[in-house]
Amino acid sequence: MTRRQLWQRITQHLDLPLLAGMLMLMMVSLLTLYSASEHNFERVLAQGVNILVAFFCLWVVANLPLHYLMRTAVPIYVFGMALLIGVALFGEISHGARRWLNIGVATIQPSELMKIGVPLMMAWYFEKHEAALTYKNYAIAAVLLLLPVGLIARQPDLGTALLISASGFYVLFLAGLSWRIIGGMAVAGIASAPVLWSLMHDYQRHRIEMLFDPSQDALGKGYHTIQGMIAVGSGGIFGKGYLNGTQTHLDFLPERTTDFIFAVYSEEFGLIGNLILLGMYFFVIGRGFIITANASTYFTRLMAGSITLTFATYAFVNMGMVSGILPIVGVPLPMVSYGGTSMLTLLLGFGMLMSIQTHKKLVKS
Amino acid sequence: MSKRVELKNHQQEIFNFRLRLFISIGFALLLLCTLLARFVYLQAVRHDYYQTLAEKNRISVVPIVPNRGLILDRNGVVLAHNFSGYTLEVTPSKVKNLQATIDDLATLVEIAPRDRKRFKKLLAESHDFETLMIRSRLSEKEVASFAAQQYRFPGVEIKARLFREYPYSDKTAHLLGYIGRINQTDVDRLEDNESSANYRGTDYIGKTGLEQYYENELHGTTGIEQVEVDSAGRAVRIISRSPPVSGNTLVLSIDAKLQEIAEQAFGAYRGALVAIDPSNGEILAFVSRPGYDPSLFVDGIDAESWKELNDSPDHPLNNRALRGQYPSGSTIKPFMALAGLFYNIRSPEQTISDPGYYTLSGSSHHYRDWKQGGHGSVDLFKSIVISCDTYYYGLAVEMGIDNIFEFLSRFGFGKKTGIDLEGETSGLLPSQEWKMKRFKQKWYAGDTVSVGIGQGYSLVTPLQLASATATLANGGIGFKPHLVREIKNSRTNELHKLENNPLIDMKLDPAHLDLVKRAMQAVTQPGGTAAQASAGAPYTIGGKTGTAQVVGIKQGEKYDASKIDERHRDHAWFISFAPVDKPRIAVVVLAENGGHGGGTAAPIARKVMDYYLLGKVPKPAEAAIPATTPAASDAPDIEAD
Repeated sequence: MTRRQLWQRITQHLDLPLLAGMLMLMMVSLLTLYSASEHNFERVLAQGVNILVAFFCLWVVANLPLHYLMRTAVPIYVFGMALLIGVALFGEISHGARRWLNIGVATIQPSELMKIGVPLMMAWYFEKHEAALTYKNYAIAAVLLLLPVGLIARQPDLGTALLISASGFYVLFLAGLSWRIIGGMAVAGIASAPVLWSLMHDYQRHRIEMLFDPSQDALGKGYHTIQGMIAVGSGGIFGKGYLNGTQTHLDFLPERTTDFIFAVYSEEFGLIGNLILLGMYFFVIGRGFIITANASTYFTRLMAGSITLTFATYAFVNMGMVSGILPIVGVPLPMVSYGGTSMLTLLLGFGMLMSIQTHKKLVKS
Repeated sequence: MSKRVELKNHQQEIFNFRLRLFISIGFALLLLCTLLARFVYLQAVRHDYYQTLAEKNRISVVPIVPNRGLILDRNGVVLAHNFSGYTLEVTPSKVKNLQATIDDLATLVEIAPRDRKRFKKLLAESHDFETLMIRSRLSEKEVASFAAQQYRFPGVEIKARLFREYPYSDKTAHLLGYIGRINQTDVDRLEDNESSANYRGTDYIGKTGLEQYYENELHGTTGIEQVEVDSAGRAVRIISRSPPVSGNTLVLSIDAKLQEIAEQAFGAYRGALVAIDPSNGEILAFVSRPGYDPSLFVDGIDAESWKELNDSPDHPLNNRALRGQYPSGSTIKPFMALAGLFYNIRSPEQTISDPGYYTLSGSSHHYRDWKQGGHGSVDLFKSIVISCDTYYYGLAVEMGIDNIFEFLSRFGFGKKTGIDLEGETSGLLPSQEWKMKRFKQKWYAGDTVSVGIGQGYSLVTPLQLASATATLANGGIGFKPHLVREIKNSRTNELHKLENNPLIDMKLDPAHLDLVKRAMQAVTQPGGTAAQASAGAPYTIGGKTGTAQVVGIKQGEKYDASKIDERHRDHAWFISFAPVDKPRIAVVVLAENGGHGGGTAAPIARKVMDYYLLGKVPKPAEAAIPATTPAASDAPDIEAD
């Protein structure tokens, strides 16, 4: 095997446009992280390692043929559910929420696994019953979604629960859930808002209250929102310049390397920088939709569409929260925030996208 | 067949999926556009607003408090200055157990019960985050022993600060006043003046005396340091600095040595003394006895000391020279004599016959002269020398209250002199209008009789009487009395001389003035009421004694000092100026319960004049006049009034 052949063998299941988009976002991540961590090169290096590990997993997943992917759906879902139940029973409490499970070697957050597991399971279920879909099938798919979501919401981790709900809903939507039911759900959602409100934990209510008037608790709950908006707004058109953000470097921004990394970027690179970043996300999301459109099977169409829409949702929720149009939920900026778990989950999804894109070609040829 | 149906379904399915996919793309675009709109709003539309907020976050403006201006006497002697010292300060919000911490501190640094009480008071008045002083003026040793143990005391720190010090302490207390911690009243006033910005960081403000009156000059301009701070408020770097400008130096017309001699001359007596340069209104000495220690107030007075000062029967906080209002007694007679001459009621040669009392026509009431049996034939000159009451009863009645009011008010009686101190009282010069307003009664001729000898309704302050005496001494040309002579600009070091404001030119006939002055000179010569106190002076003195009744004496009764309580004895007055021909100093002395003016008040004035005109410093033994016992009233002087 020549070198060229080896290279071809390694890259044949990678989608180059998607890869290019991802790499651009990761460059932004490393660059911003260096500023956000006060020139801490170790932090940048650690994120580099996160990226490499996640890329290896992406490569493995991308090389799996589609029927292997489908076959993992049920085991992943069942395993994830088992872990969630384990968390509910034996989970470790941190910051007032039971989210982590100690499995001896490490503590893991099973809700992360379900970000992939739930849409995978639902897409698998629809594929199985593709021939004749009835309301009953949609109802069962909804139950498959609501079981893990309910457990996660109980932890409590409302942000993740909502995001998983969103990715599950995208599957239902793409699978052809009737407009009447969607309309009915919207009405029911609005009607049940007061009930939901009464069921919420105090901190969850505070976050929503703060959204409407962050200044009422400027030094407490509203502090994150206000400082994020100040950082973004004071960046102006051209930004304060790389490594020159005052909000960032004088310690006014909370969670600078993780959930609020966008505020750091936005303060230093301004509106122009934001346009470029939105452009990158647009490119990646666009490529995701192209892959979805070209997907050959029902399962892959649902899966690719859900992954792409979920990615767009993550990006929107994070940037919306930092710029003060959404409540503070613990959602990282996809591919940019520091953190191994979220990077791994995202890249597993993107591995599936690449597998869907590249294996279809092989089938065709 | 079935295959066709399936195929159709498949195409339908693809179509449906494509539709949903387009909706999804539209949804994703909507999300991105929402973000874009938000970014444009925050970063372009509202950029200035958020920029300001970011700057506010980043930049902290730290005030730099200016040094307070000095106060010097006319010869450059320091009367008020600042010295740097160490204080021990506690931030209560950072201390867990305040009481235990203070007890612990007391093992390292002396903390007196007074300090604890004061701290308690400060604590009650403060906000949580404020830093409060527990001990001031730490010694070097105390600083060292605390510094070694500082790690044990989070929230306790040593600070270097400037302290205000008054080297003459109680001797200048009524003159200089004091500074004290800024309270809510001060804050409100500063806000009204729109000068609160200049007081950022300043803890102290002038509360009384010159410290209060010249606050604007003394305070200076607060400097500003712009500091970049992080979210914890730690200073990262200095951005800009505009240095503070120290307060200006006040140079007083007061002569510190003269002031000291005057203070000492009072001995145990309470009272007041005001010495004025008649040619320009400069006040040379300004005494109110007893004084108090102004440093008690600087750091906030504790309740006990306050109670002691406030409840003392001597009223040490009362500025008698400025605010004390007393009947002028016979010291009004020279002014009444001038009025009589001015209105042509009396000629210099005209004599009256004094039977020892005066009666109003149509009344049997006897207005008694101080001397039983009277002085016989009395002219104007003699009336002053022997202080004949009967002469002035008649003169006053004939002149009428309207003329008296008109003439005496031109001398400044009944109104504030306008001295550069707050809180002056205006005394009382009665008039028909005043009585109607005050008592809803018309004026009776009987009211006028006692006004003639400075009794009845009329009241004067020592300062007022001193100003009037200086005006008389200066030939009827009066100046507004003032304490500050020059203000030295701290930036340019230029001396700005304050103008002497002429109050009035009475346009008196020089012959009248000469007659009254010569009569006043005779008062201090053998046969006069102040002869003894003036004996042996190598310069000429014009004077007039007076006594102000504290309690009235019933008709037909005789005043006997030995029989009445000390605090009910008459107040002694002496007004004077010297040398008679070209007066350089006018001195007015009030000795509360001092009895006769010639015996107690005049010797005090003599000591002041001796120093001012001759440079003579009294020997320690003679520094204070002996407290006269009532028995001393049989001195060779004529004890008038």
